[in-house]
Amino acid sequence: MSVTTETLQTVQSVTEGTYKWGFETDIEMEFAPKGLNDDIIRFISARKGEPEWLLEWRLRAFKAWQAMSEPRWAAVKYPPIDYQDAYYYAAPKQRPKSLDEVDPELLRTYEKLGIPLKEQEWLAGVTTSPDGTERAPVAVDAVFDSVSVATTFKERLEKEGIIFCSISEAVREHPELVRKYLGTVVPPADNFYAALNSAVFTDGSFVYIPKGVRCPMELSTYFRINAKGTGQFERTLIIADAGSYVSYLEGCTAPMRDENQLHAAVVELIAHDDATIKYSTVQNWYPGDAEGKGGIYNFVTKRGACRGARSKISWTQVETGSAITWKYPSCILQGPDSVGEFYSVAITNNFQQADTGTKMIHLGPRTKSTIISKGISAGRAQNTYRGLVRISPRAVGARNFTQCDSLLIGDRCGAHTVPYIENRCMSAKVEHEATTSRIAEDQLFYCRQRGLSEEDAVGLIVNGFCREVLKELPMEFAVEAQKLLQISLEGSVG
Amino acid sequence: MNVVMHQVGAPGFLHRFEGLRDRLPGGRLPWLATLRAQAAEAFRAQGFPTRRVEAWKYTDLAPVAEAGFDEPLTPMDDAMDLPPAQAGARAVFVDGRFRADLSSLDGLPFEVSSVARHLDALEGRLGALARPGEEPMAALNTMLFEDGLLLDLPEGVEGGVLELLSLATASERPSAFHPRHLIRLAKGAKLTLIETATGPEGARYLHNPVFEVEVAEGAWLTHGRLQQEAPRAFQLSTIYATVAAGGTYDNFTLNAGGRLVRNEIHVTLTGPGAACHMNGAQLLAGDQHADTTTALDHAAPSCASRQTYKTVLMGRSRGVFQGKILVRQVAQKTDGYQMNQALLLSPEAEMDSKPQLEIYADDVKCSHGATVGELDAEQVFYLRSRGIPETQARAMLVQAFLHEAVEGVTDEALRRALDAAVEGWWARQEETLAA
Repeated sequence: MSVTTETLQTVQSVTEGTYKWGFETDIEMEFAPKGLNDDIIRFISARKGEPEWLLEWRLRAFKAWQAMSEPRWAAVKYPPIDYQDAYYYAAPKQRPKSLDEVDPELLRTYEKLGIPLKEQEWLAGVTTSPDGTERAPVAVDAVFDSVSVATTFKERLEKEGIIFCSISEAVREHPELVRKYLGTVVPPADNFYAALNSAVFTDGSFVYIPKGVRCPMELSTYFRINAKGTGQFERTLIIADAGSYVSYLEGCTAPMRDENQLHAAVVELIAHDDATIKYSTVQNWYPGDAEGKGGIYNFVTKRGACRGARSKISWTQVETGSAITWKYPSCILQGPDSVGEFYSVAITNNFQQADTGTKMIHLGPRTKSTIISKGISAGRAQNTYRGLVRISPRAVGARNFTQCDSLLIGDRCGAHTVPYIENRCMSAKVEHEATTSRIAEDQLFYCRQRGLSEEDAVGLIVNGFCREVLKELPMEFAVEAQKLLQISLEGSVG
Repeated sequence: MNVVMHQVGAPGFLHRFEGLRDRLPGGRLPWLATLRAQAAEAFRAQGFPTRRVEAWKYTDLAPVAEAGFDEPLTPMDDAMDLPPAQAGARAVFVDGRFRADLSSLDGLPFEVSSVARHLDALEGRLGALARPGEEPMAALNTMLFEDGLLLDLPEGVEGGVLELLSLATASERPSAFHPRHLIRLAKGAKLTLIETATGPEGARYLHNPVFEVEVAEGAWLTHGRLQQEAPRAFQLSTIYATVAAGGTYDNFTLNAGGRLVRNEIHVTLTGPGAACHMNGAQLLAGDQHADTTTALDHAAPSCASRQTYKTVLMGRSRGVFQGKILVRQVAQKTDGYQMNQALLLSPEAEMDSKPQLEIYADDVKCSHGATVGELDAEQVFYLRSRGIPETQARAMLVQAFLHEAVEGVTDEALRRALDAAVEGWWARQEETLAA
């Protein structure tokens, strides 16, 4: 099926509600008391049965955080956040020991979200392939507020020596690995939100791919914020040992609420010699309503280290949700001939604000990076690409290509581009291009003339505008992402 | 009693201002006294910007802040060796002060005079565009300026070519001067202003000019700047320009001299159909640092802006380009283009670029591009395969890169001056390389 026909079908199938993931699950929860102090951190650490070193690590991060101030350089505006007025731990009371024991209410929640936690099902919710062929299933780690509630396909993966579990479990079962790598890519005091996360992170996923193993299925984490007055602070750590390969997907949603909820995650990726990590995100946190009320503040630190020779880290993100996005998935290209990629679609509508981009830090010789960023701004939204390409003197023969395109829909929104290019190596080559435009009248006219409504035509053109990025997504996600783009733009034309 | 003879940095300048305030030109004009006092407050609050200030992220002013500067002490009757004239008419400033005796301004169809002599008539005009509250170097200038070029082109006048020569003299201790130039072109007027800034080898000084430029409807100002300051000198210049409907401000800046140089240009397009061209070349070697920072404000519909900057870096030099295009919500049908390219010819050189688009209107066409790299190996190979020795092939390609930068200059007098300067620079580099 060609992308175009797919898009048309998508366009037809999504004429209903705008944010259909906005429901709330009624489930018995356990909360830590509101607020943030040493005792809360001790509570979280104790609740998770953590070793002493990790508690100390958290407390040090908290101390550092207290001395830091919120970054204000991003092109986003929001009222001061009261960090004491939130719950830093919220978990369903029943803790299942295996998949069979998961609270049926939770299973129903994830089913509703299109994330089946039964192992025979696939991410897209399709149970049987029409032609009967077997396609690789997707293993899912489901994080509900502060805890991981289920991880599927664990046994199957264990056969290959792959560790895929919640980070809490990894701390218990594989402390040597966690201790070796945690905080080595994003140090605890890296920035304000990373420090906050380091102090209070509750759960997240842990992945270790052993030497020479190609992970047989896509791994994925699905993040769900459910409880009121909480923030989500997950921590993901992925290690790809020499010669291994893994493709990892991340999705997220939250109920519709008037309050702004904070999501401050940290993701660390480590790729050793000849290893490849492909990390894809479809970020669909609740964006707030058409008047800009409510929505998630998404302040996320994602960074990957290409430690080994010929290693590769590829970030693909489709950012459609959140009231505010502050996110710069980056690559530190240390190993010679290592490769960093960043493919991004950020779409903002109504009062959404997105300040997102990447940093490519070229340290090793012949390192290469590619940045493709597509920003779409509609309504009264503000959309900023902010990126850094830094070539160190040792990065002989390094190469970067950057392309940032912005599309404006309507005359009340903004699209901004702020790239930083720092080259200290003569033999390196850096190229940067950026354009800003609106949907051309002739393109619209062409579609309208063939009977498409204006809204559908815009959806079609936007999907075309983003194609370079969408094609990087794994199949299931690509379809999902196209639908999301369309939904995000609803009400932006006419 | 402790007497601090030479305070350095911002306190040194503030101290000088306190001591001089009544004796500075226009000291008895209340509006000017207020303007200077406000600027002093702004400068006191900001000081010399550090790299923590976003606008100065890539340029460290520590060498300027750490140097102690004196007032320039130039005897007014000093006979001086002047560089050959670029055009017929020439206004000469020595250490920031107008020298009628050295200038040749006869036969111009408009009046050229000195800001210092007409201060009583400049209330509301001087300081109309400069923003001491935002740009600390403009605050320093406002606080301490003594003189500057005052240019008024009446409606429809074809002004031809005028040269503005800024000379520094050598003195025992570094000197600092802060000329304030006011340039206004009335409706339909036209002028080419070629500015040369230079000083004797070995002279250490800070040249901190501020320009306030007003281009009225349909007027056209070509503003060429040949920055060839002495090798140890600092030049930090700030230009503020507004362009009304159908007018054009065409700036070309060549940064070739100086130890630490910043060329900061703020242009606001205020009327439909206004245009701005900002182009330039930075030719850097040794331990030079040159920074070009542009801010283009599209504040009216249907305006066009074009920017092309090229930098060649040798030795341990460092080049900076920061260029921001702001398109306001009213500025529909904006056409904005910006390109900056840098050629790294030494493993120790560094280039930092920060192009920036900030766009609030949807019916616009804006783009920017940036490239940094060494000479294209394929191009070198192409020339070598045709029998041209490597050194010569590389020289040809560097020259071609530089000529491309100058190629867009349509004004003949300016073009000649730029070509000569570029060739002179390259010849000197080749000598250095050969030695």
